[in-house]
Amino acid sequence: MDELMLDGNAAAGLLQEVFAVEVTTAVGTCDGCGAVDEVGAVRVYMGAGTVLRCPQCESILMKVVTDGQRVWIDMRGVRTLELRAGA
Amino acid sequence: MAGAAVLGRLIWRVAEVVDVVAETARVKTVGFDVPDWPGHLPGQHVDVRLTADDGYQAQRSYSIASAPDRARLDLTVERLDDGEVSPYLTEELQQGDQIELRGPVGGYFVWEPSRGGPLLLVAGGSGIVPLMAMLRHRAATGSDVPAILLFSSRGWEDVIYRDELEHLDGNGLSVVHTLTRSQPDGWRGYARRVDKDMLAEVGPSASEHPHVYVCGPTPFVEAAAEALVSLGHEPAQIRTERFGPTGG
Repeated sequence: MDELMLDGNAAAGLLQEVFAVEVTTAVGTCDGCGAVDEVGAVRVYMGAGTVLRCPQCESILMKVVTDGQRVWIDMRGVRTLELRAGA
Repeated sequence: MAGAAVLGRLIWRVAEVVDVVAETARVKTVGFDVPDWPGHLPGQHVDVRLTADDGYQAQRSYSIASAPDRARLDLTVERLDDGEVSPYLTEELQQGDQIELRGPVGGYFVWEPSRGGPLLLVAGGSGIVPLMAMLRHRAATGSDVPAILLFSSRGWEDVIYRDELEHLDGNGLSVVHTLTRSQPDGWRGYARRVDKDMLAEVGPSASEHPHVYVCGPTPFVEAAAEALVSLGHEPAQIRTERFGPTGG
């Protein structure tokens, strides 16, 4: 167990900044194993950037890096992300 | 569309300190007046941003302690001695000071009376904060949803909201403490870390399909969630919020 592991709640502000809707209740499908989880339930590691990992297979779902002006988003690990419009 | 808010867009707001109240030796509740606060749900948090004179910024997330029923916004913060933000919030801030915050954020770790129960809340230390917002809201709305709070603290003097929890106990809420490091004389309650046997005794059982919320340091949450799953609780019914050692 990694003591630095957080969960999707910890990235709520950052993700809402990026997507402009509440994202922790959005449902993502892992491209690695096909598991379906709410973003609030995924594993989150924060360092220079923020890394979201699948709670089932630990594949990287998403990487988000920001310098305060720009945001880089790598979503290769997310097959689909279902957002509720206006949430 | 004139006057329509851009949905979901987060903006930084200036919040003014109304008062600072000591909860324990290391924990304080800071009450804020936030103009045009859009309201929140129990369990949501805010991002707090501090800016130094040289422009350096530090940002942290803090759970909202107050129920949505109150006009003011309370954050309960534990001081982490090597933290960048919590020592300032707990030791420096005074009435009338201003800080920047944005929110509410989150929606996953949220409970409202309309979601029903029974409710099982498991807190480790300052992990009580978002769960307290739920219990305060439950009481303020007169909800009769059955609820159990299992609250792990180091010692009796470290129990955050101790008097208020004693007052809330009853009316369908059962508060169970465990004290992991030191216990007062004559203590008859639990005196160990939360484990499978304790969760089985405290209940409710998996067959009652409770809504479970677990909040605390990462190792605490991992252990409690694992024990709950081994007792047959559906993983999808167990919502967790972890905070790491670098959270301060």
